[in-house]
Parts: sequence; C-alpha cells; structure tokens
Amino acid sequence: MSQTIATPPSIHLDTDYIGKPTSRVDGPAKVAGTAKYAAEFNVPNLLYGYVVSSPIAKGKITRIDAAPVLALPGVRQVFSHENVPHLAFLDRSYKDDVAPGGSPFRPLHDAEIKFSQQPVALVVADTFELARYAASILHIEYEEAAHETELARHIDDAYEPGRGKTGYKPPKSRGNFGRGWEQGVAHMEARYSHHAQHHNPMENFATTVEWLGDKKLKIYDKTQGAFNSQQYLTKIFGLSKDQARVISKYTGGGFGSGLRPQYQLFLAVMAALELERSVRVSLTRQQMFSFGHRPETLQHVAMATNPDGSLAGINHFAVAETSQFEDFTENVVGWSGMLYDCKNVKLGYRLAKLDVFTPLDMRAPGAASGSIALEIAMDEMAYAAGLDPLEFRLRNYSDFDQAEKLPYSSKNLRACYHEGAAKFGWERRSPEPGSMRDDNLLVGWGMGGGIWDASKQPAQVLASLDADGHLTVSSGTNEIGTGTYTIMTQIAAESMGLPLEAVTFILGDTTLPESPLQGGSWTAASVGTAVQEACTALGEELLKQAKKMDHPAFKDAKIDDVQFANGQLRLRSDATQAVVLRDLVQASGEPKIEAKNSKLPGLIGMVKPPKYSMHAHNAVFVEVKVDPDLMTVHVTRVVNAVAAGRIINPKTARSQVLGSVVWGISSALMEESVMDHRFGRFMNHSLAEYHVPVNADIHDIDVIFVHEEDAAVNPLGIKGLGEVGLLGVAAAVANAIYHATGKRVRDLPITIDKLL
Amino acid sequence: MSPVTQVPAERPPVALAPTQPITLHINGQDHFLTIAPWTTLLDALREYLALTGTKQGCDHGQCGACTVLVDGKRINSCLSLAVMQEGADIQTIEGLGTEENLHPLQQAFIDHDAFQCGYCTPGQICSAQGLINEGKAKTEDEVRELMSGNICRCGAYSNILTAIMEVLGNKEDGAEVSNAPMPKQEWSAGAARAEMGPVEPAK
Repeated sequence: MSQTIATPPSIHLDTDYIGKPTSRVDGPAKVAGTAKYAAEFNVPNLLYGYVVSSPIAKGKITRIDAAPVLALPGVRQVFSHENVPHLAFLDRSYKDDVAPGGSPFRPLHDAEIKFSQQPVALVVADTFELARYAASILHIEYEEAAHETELARHIDDAYEPGRGKTGYKPPKSRGNFGRGWEQGVAHMEARYSHHAQHHNPMENFATTVEWLGDKKLKIYDKTQGAFNSQQYLTKIFGLSKDQARVISKYTGGGFGSGLRPQYQLFLAVMAALELERSVRVSLTRQQMFSFGHRPETLQHVAMATNPDGSLAGINHFAVAETSQFEDFTENVVGWSGMLYDCKNVKLGYRLAKLDVFTPLDMRAPGAASGSIALEIAMDEMAYAAGLDPLEFRLRNYSDFDQAEKLPYSSKNLRACYHEGAAKFGWERRSPEPGSMRDDNLLVGWGMGGGIWDASKQPAQVLASLDADGHLTVSSGTNEIGTGTYTIMTQIAAESMGLPLEAVTFILGDTTLPESPLQGGSWTAASVGTAVQEACTALGEELLKQAKKMDHPAFKDAKIDDVQFANGQLRLRSDATQAVVLRDLVQASGEPKIEAKNSKLPGLIGMVKPPKYSMHAHNAVFVEVKVDPDLMTVHVTRVVNAVAAGRIINPKTARSQVLGSVVWGISSALMEESVMDHRFGRFMNHSLAEYHVPVNADIHDIDVIFVHEEDAAVNPLGIKGLGEVGLLGVAAAVANAIYHATGKRVRDLPITIDKLL
Repeated sequence: MSPVTQVPAERPPVALAPTQPITLHINGQDHFLTIAPWTTLLDALREYLALTGTKQGCDHGQCGACTVLVDGKRINSCLSLAVMQEGADIQTIEGLGTEENLHPLQQAFIDHDAFQCGYCTPGQICSAQGLINEGKAKTEDEVRELMSGNICRCGAYSNILTAIMEVLGNKEDGAEVSNAPMPKQEWSAGAARAEMGPVEPAK
C-alpha cells in the first residue's frame, strides 16, 4: 500500500509556535464560565459537608453535643474525633509528596487542639444551607491551654532544623565573615521582618467526591498535584488507585497553597466512604486562613565593603516560625551566598515552634523572604559605601556560583541590569533621599533583584495521533493559571509540525501519565521536555509507518533525516518528499498511533554530579510617589527585567511576571496576616481585612525578557517563570520609599503608620 | 486550663423556615426552583441551577468573584437572597456570550491575557459590563477605580484594564480621553436586554 503524496511546497502552514505570543487555549472556557473548578461538579444526590473550626489555639475538646444537630431533618451525620473511622496508624501514611519532617496533622484524629481554626467537626446534610446552619449550632466545649504564637519571644530557643528531612540542606557559609567585617571600610547592620502571609487564591479549597459504588470514588479536588492527593488518599483510606481517581482540570489559583492536600479532601472522602454517598466540602474564606502560610520571618543582615566597593563580608541570619508538629523549612538565606561575589559569607537559619498550623511554600518560598532582607541591605550598604545601588551591584557581579562552586549554565543578569535601567531611566536618578519631586509628591526610585532555581522533575507524557490527524498529548499535571495548557500545546504542535488547532493537551487526572506537583517553577521545563520527548518517540513510530508504506524517500531515512512541519513528515534534504501525518495513521489500519516518553526520565541525569549551577535571575526598578503630608504610597512605575532562559509564550510569560510584581507590591505595602497573640488567631481572616492590591493600586508595569540561551538546563532551554519575577520587588519598593522619604522601614508591610 | 464553649448548649435550634417556590428570570429564561428563603442568589445559581460560571470567593461581598448583572446593574450575588430577585432580569456570564459566540469583553480578555487562573474572570467581565452600562468611567484611572471591587489574586489588573479600555473604545492619550465619544457597542446598550440604555450604579 502506498499512499504517499508529494505535497507541493507552495502549501505553507506555519507550525512553529515556540517563542511566539499565543492566546491561552483555555481562554474561551475561562471567559465563558464553562471551565469547571472542584466545587462545580454537580453530581446527582450530592450531600454537603460544612466544617466546624476551633475557636481556641491550644487545648482539648471536652464535649461535643451532636444530638440536637442530628435531630434536624436532613442532617445526615456529624463527624468528629468521637466517631471518625479507624484509619491508617503510622505517620508516614499521612505524608504527602512535600510533607516536611515531623508528624503530619490528622483531621479529626483526637480531642487535642493544635492551632486556631483547627477543623473539629464536619456536619453533613442534604443541602448546603442546612449543613451551614447545623454547623453553626453545634455545641462544643473545650479546655483551653496556654498557647505560644509570638515568634519574637522564641528567638533564643530557635533551633537548627534536622538534616536529611525532605531534602533540607543547611546554608553553606564560607571564608571568614569576622575578618571581612574588620577589614571593611564601610558597614551596615540591620534587622528585617515580615509577618505571616496567606496565599488566598480566589477559589476556596473544595473537594467534590462522586460515589460510584463499592468504594470507587471520582474525586474533583482543588490541588496543585492530582497524584499527590491520590497517594495521600490511598495510604490513609486503603483505597486502590482505581478507587481513588483524582481530577483537577482547573485550579483557581495556587501560589503553593495546593502543594499539600488540604483537610477538606480528607473530610470529603471520609464522609463519602462512611455514608456511601457523593459529598462536597468547600472551605469558607475564613477557613482559608486555617492552614499553611508563608511563615513570619525575622532576619538580621550585616555587610561590609572594601575601599573599591566590593563586598568584604555578608552575614545573613533568619529565624522563622513552624508548627509544633512539623519542621517546615525553606531556603531563606542561601541566596545571599550566591547572588553577589563575596569571599566571606556567614549564613544561619533557625526555626521556632509555635502553636500554629505548619507553614507552607508560598510563591518563591524562602527567596521572597530572604530577598526582602538581602536587597534592602544591599541598598543600605550602597548608601553607606557612597555608591549608586545599581553600580554597587555591578561591582559585585558574580559569574560563578560560589556556594556550589559551579559555573552557571547561563546567567544574563547583567543584561537585566542594563536593559531594565535603560527602560526605567535610572541614570536620571539623583541619589539623595527626598531630592526628587513631582509637584507636591515625593518621588523615590529603588531597585532590587533575585535568583531562583531552574529545576526539572521526572514527568511522563503520552502523545497520540488519530486518523483525523488530531494530536492528543496528555500528562497528569495541573493548570493553576500559569499557562500549562497553552505552552504544552505550543510545544507539541511545533514538535509534530501541526497547527495549534490540531493539538489538544489534556491534564489534571490520575488516569493520565504521572506528572510532578505543579510548583517550584519547574512545570514548563519538566512537562515541556517530556512533551517534546513523547513527540519525538511518536515521530519515530510515524517514520516506521512511513517505511512500511514503501515510500522510497524514507526507506533509509533515520529520525534525524526527517522533520515534522506543516502537517507532514518530510525529508530535511528535500521537503517535497513528504507524507501527510493523517495518512500515516489511516494507512496503519489502527485508530491511532501513540508513544510515551521514556519511563524514567531524568533519573539518569539525577545521579550524575551536576556540572552547572542552574538559575533564573531578575532585576527590578520601582518608582513610588509619596504624599508628604499623608504618607500614602503609590507605586507608579515598575520595570522588571527577567533572565529565565527561553520563553515559550511571551504573552502568558509576561502575565506571570505582571502578577509577580503585583505580589511584590502587595508584600511591600499591604499583605499581612495579623495574629492576635491573646487568642493565637489570625484576626483579619477575610478579603476585606487581609489587604491585597486591587486594580486602582496597580499602574505601569514593564516586563523585559532578556536574551538567554541555555542548552544545559534542558533541550528546550526553559528555566521557569512562576517565582523569579517576585524577587526583589518588595525590597525595591522599600528602597524607593527610602529614596523618596529618607525613612528606612525594615518591617513589612510598610503601612502609613510606619512612615508618619 | 480554662473552659471555652463554642455554641451555648441551651440555645435551641430555630424553627427552619420551609422552602418556597420561586421563579428566577436568568439569561432570558425562567427557572423554577424550590429553595430555603435564606439561599443566596450565588448559591441558587451554582448549587441549584448549575450556572457555575458565577464564582464564589468570599461570601461576604469582598472579592467580586460572584458579580452578576441584575436589571443591568452589577451586584455581588453573594449579598443578595435569591427570593429577592423574583421578577428581575438576571444576567450571568453564561448569558453574556458563549465559547463559540464570545461577547466583545470576553474576546478582549482573551486577546489581552486579562486572566490567569480564570476564577475571578466571569466576575471581572460582568463587572466590566456593569461599568459600561453605568457609562461613567471613561479614562484609565476611572476604570481602575470602578473595577476595584473585583480582586484578581493572579494580578492581571493591567491586562484587565487594557481589555476594558479597548472595548470602551477609549485611548488615554491627550484630548481624546474626555472628548472621545463612546463608540456605539452592540452590547453597551445594556447587558440584560438589548434595548436597555446606560444606567446609574445601584444605590
């Protein structure tokens, strides 16, 4: 059978999509309201669970009187520690993929209260309105014990986290800071702090469990990792993977909050199994303040410079909160040993246990906190040394990772500095604080920057071409707004030489090939590489089929001799020798031809010692205008220049950085979970009192992606973008406020009271 | 150790009001349902009518994710009881446009990447339509201010602004700002009914 056609070269389809701005393929579903999130699957005969939260931070439940609630017609059950079923016994059964060292929290496990707003009961009823009402009248008595929630009181008993727990590596000091400090001619030393922050994605956490009979569940979960949720459930409830299918097609914001399974997942699944019914549990906005958060962190930085403005020494020490039951660690100070060239670096990191829920990774975990201290300190040091902050950073530019003693695979931070400064007009800055004005308003210009890991995790992808010529590529990763659907479609379309419309990328289902958690800025690199590999494997299958079809041109062709473009498989040496992909599938007699990427991608690479240090960088320039009488601050201009390797989709990538800037402004000026230590409770647990920027707070933001090629990170040259854009933004705002007002505020957020 | 009581034991459950039948006119269609009178319009849409395009973000009127149009005016549907809206023209994102036949605002949001996770998006778009109906906001600053009841945690604000400005047909450069006439948009006549003119925001 020979169906090969030599397509005239005049038919030209542009199937090169990588690097081109592309509108989101999931855009129509999102703007039309048809994209479905976890709480939006209205399965038949659904019961509603409503969570009752503890009003105390520490103590124990002494009595629960469920009888009046159970007497209400339509209330099905009240679950508490008194009737929770016997489940897995060992701590390790409750550990998810990113659980820190310690004993994970078990919902409704016993009478003990470990943190304020701990879930203490789940009321299940026929309607949401009834469940909510019934939960509001559930009588519970507690014995309250003394709690500790104030980090500042526990600096002295803070401890070094244990090594080897979920990959925690203590920061590496080098040289002799004391000597550098003594030799230095200019010095700075200061303490910095920021308060707890909660992710607050717009979608509240929710799980809809569809009971399919015989313990078989279809679980729609809000998560950043469907597989993480699944393995958590299988271990705790003794379910098979087939019984615990987790689906997460759209996630209404993550920012790290969905990296660990949240307790509504446990509660909804428990209720469904016990009642043998479909159940939905949604958390309220108030309950969104009841779990992991960016930990409050207290930092101390000291620096000294040599006469030529080079850094003689850096000392960066941080103390962060964790819970009583887990050691949450993040890399806060390690970046200070990498970003600038310095021989003498002393770093320290400690934890203090408080009666709070375990903190959780939140956008650029560790680095966002560390860069606040480091980048304000750099500004203070520049002033102390009499140098422009940009010039000071350029004099201390590091071309080599001194912490890991490795060269960078690529680092174009210098271009970020130059292109960012040029776009911003930095050379027109007069250094003296309070020296720039716009009419009555004080004008301040500040800068900062940062560094973030370019990492990659193993991921599996299936690529399948059907007889209509439509390519379906699938992997169980997640879409949290980062553009995963779109960039994977672009990569697959370009790899197979098909138009975007002929490609569908499917994600968010544990029946698909396994993918890592959506986090760490690694999804584009990890899943993107796997998509490319799967398409290459599919290409080999298609070439085999072409050979079967007796086309003389492909008889001796190897995979490197052919290319996929314009919907065809064709010879590189002669594009007129081509066969339409759809025809290959039709000729095979099968409904589709498919291929997976290799089973254990990345594992071989992981055992080899790294040859390079792989990181993304940014430099950010900020203008603020401050009312000299009221001390209100407006961020009027931001330029954020990012070096993050190859940008697959400049449109969605720009949005990621725009969002990062908004987060940085928020962190600098607004965001703070206010703990009332008398109650051990976050008091501003609503979106009216937990302040985040609204449209009126955000003005001109320029995003620059500087050119950076990197063949070492991965074949696509992707470094990831979800986090790097946030780094240094809050510090740059603080530095701009100093430049405008002469007031150095080191406790974020910088609210008006701190400036008056 | 000191005792704490969450809900007084002696407080008896209130008598639950019976459910009642209501008719809601949504996106040009009558919907009949029997619900508890304290059901919010938001929950009625999402839980009883499967109109899940309207999103729930806070239940307190603080985030704007649940914005819908009632008689052309934008409201937070979490702050309204469903029974209060009998006889009103309710328009949700599903009634504004469809994936196949997008409303100009929906198209502009896609073109300008005015969202990321997509969860606040229907509320932003309904709010933008309400803003257009009000006919007050003309400049970028006015649109920023009058779109500030809708939180976008992904931080797509500048793209949201661009998308709305495009539909408004205004460009904020010089004299064009205040003097430029509003171009006649097919949809600016009103969200709920085609013949509805610009309205004042709800008092």
